[in-house]
Amino acid sequence: MRLLEYQAKSLFEDYGIPIPKGLTSTDIEQGRKDASALGFPFVIKAQMAVGGRGKAGAIQKCQNADEFELKYPDIMQKVVKGEKTKAILLEKMADIKKELYLSLFLNRGKRCYTIIASVDGGVEIESVKNQIIHEVGLGNVDAKTAEEVGKQMGLKDKTLTQFIDILQKLAKITVEKEAELAEINPLAILGDDSVVALDGKVIIDDNAMFRHDELRKFQEVSELEERAEKSGFSLVELDGNIAVVGNGAGLVMSTLDMLSDNGGKPACFLDVGGGATTETVYEALTLISKMKKVKGILVNLYGGIVKTTTVATAFIKAYEDKVIDLPVFARMSGAEADKSKEMFKGSRTKMFDTIEEAINAAVIEMNKNG
Amino acid sequence: MVDLFEILIGKEGDKDYQKKPVIVQGITGKFGAFHTQQMLAYGTNIVAGVTPGKGGQKLEGVPIYETMNEAVGATGAKISIIFVPAKFFLSAAKDALEAGIKLLIAIPEHVPVKDALTIVELAKKKDAIVIGPNTPGIIIPGVMKIGIMPASPFKPGRIAVISRSGTLMYESSHNLSVANFGQSICLGIGGDPINGTPLIEAFDIIRNGANIDGVIVVGEIGGDAEEMLAQHIIDTKFDKPVVAYIAGRAAPKEKRMGHAGAIVYGNYGSAESKVSMYTKANVPVAKRPAEIPMLLAGKLGKGRIK
Repeated sequence: MRLLEYQAKSLFEDYGIPIPKGLTSTDIEQGRKDASALGFPFVIKAQMAVGGRGKAGAIQKCQNADEFELKYPDIMQKVVKGEKTKAILLEKMADIKKELYLSLFLNRGKRCYTIIASVDGGVEIESVKNQIIHEVGLGNVDAKTAEEVGKQMGLKDKTLTQFIDILQKLAKITVEKEAELAEINPLAILGDDSVVALDGKVIIDDNAMFRHDELRKFQEVSELEERAEKSGFSLVELDGNIAVVGNGAGLVMSTLDMLSDNGGKPACFLDVGGGATTETVYEALTLISKMKKVKGILVNLYGGIVKTTTVATAFIKAYEDKVIDLPVFARMSGAEADKSKEMFKGSRTKMFDTIEEAINAAVIEMNKNG
Repeated sequence: MVDLFEILIGKEGDKDYQKKPVIVQGITGKFGAFHTQQMLAYGTNIVAGVTPGKGGQKLEGVPIYETMNEAVGATGAKISIIFVPAKFFLSAAKDALEAGIKLLIAIPEHVPVKDALTIVELAKKKDAIVIGPNTPGIIIPGVMKIGIMPASPFKPGRIAVISRSGTLMYESSHNLSVANFGQSICLGIGGDPINGTPLIEAFDIIRNGANIDGVIVVGEIGGDAEEMLAQHIIDTKFDKPVVAYIAGRAAPKEKRMGHAGAIVYGNYGSAESKVSMYTKANVPVAKRPAEIPMLLAGKLGKGRIK
């Protein structure tokens, strides 16, 4: 789960990392109240789970009430790289002397947490120069390590002392909240040499959420995603018109790739999990029936242990119950494939021996319907 | 470091060669019970199960113990497979390693990163191998399987399959079997960000320990395991055919595609990055699973001419 900037900053605040004064709203009435409480000038920042907001005009300075009336609604309806504005943070401007970069992240290759720090922050991590990289095991950072990093960056005096404190606190957040990434970019040195977190990006390990009820308030799931999660499915909604369903994340990704290679447009990624039963497949079809843009369903099930007739039963039932009324293009490997084909005779489900054939048929059918 | 093959099958001449005793943790759960029966049917020597509160009972004739210490004490097993829900994985895995298990197959999906890292550290201290979490397990076709894979896709032979995904391991092996490329071992490293045995280590274990003519590496987007493996193949001048597959080319960025580990940030973890490194290492990358045997045949053919 990726926290929005204001959510990350509220964690920072809880842990004593300095942040600028700011207020968050989701409508302009509240925004006006926030504006008068904060006082002009300030920065209007779109809260969305994506980088590059500044370039896209989703972060703008605001000098007075007239500007506010124009800019607030404009930023509220911004869409950057497909991500919509979820809320708006009004934040006091800072007197920035220098922008640093600081993060702790889960280093998958090294299987440990790693600090990245640089005196040349404020740009995307790919372009951050003079990176200081330090491995820290399970994520805890002692004062000595933090001091080493700060000194390597060339920080001194008050700035160094504050940096050490911030790095240790960021590490504490990473460990206690089980974050895969905790990033401050930029971490700004102000005119008076104090240090402040001007932005925040925190990604929490989804698999650890069962231990973090206190973070649930930040979780934003669509109704469909919630239902999928309850059934133990993984669902990613996409822009196309063919729903892609299968058992196993790898297999569904692979099906998505092949469909795209053949000019098809996937409407979703739906992994019903390793095994497939009549119930899980029926529930998957129910979920898909709620996606309006779906015009056809592509199914790729690797049977093995599961009998294809078990799965076929779910389709027949879904048609009978009028849960779906869409063409289905299915490849099901495994036992009793012939019997399943027989079951599908006269229904809108076509069964194929290979996924390639199923994809071809699906793409042709979708093109026919324009 | 301990040798995977020595623990898994032992040496020819051993009394229990290819019949090493295995313990099932979480044997009475629906999933654990079903796969215990499947593994027994395949010839795996399951000697004990562990479920707290069910000690003294039996399942499929396999005695159940209260704790790992009891089960290991009674059987001397060095291998364990875990079927408990993710939130209980940490304590089950700790019990296993503390009891002296040297090869731990970790089936559960959704294990928190922190717990996986903790077990990785403990396994290092105990000189044990962890496969997974979120793995289908290991199969030596025709001999034994410790995992949840169906038997039907696999057939004995001399190709090794290493996979980050379960169903793609079945799919790829099925395609290989149909093309008459049997498998010497198929190993799932798991779809999580942290693997008990990372791709590169799994590769080295297999190249050094198995009789193989070639290796299939089934990968997916996320992380940089494939990139590191490609560099390793170049550095160590591995000269047997390697064929790769990468799932997730069409996946959007910053979206987790089912597996906790299948996510792209910027270029980190992208399919393009992996394919370009494999190309440098002269490893062909199949566009779809059905292409794997063709690319392998091509590679093996070239080897023979030389």
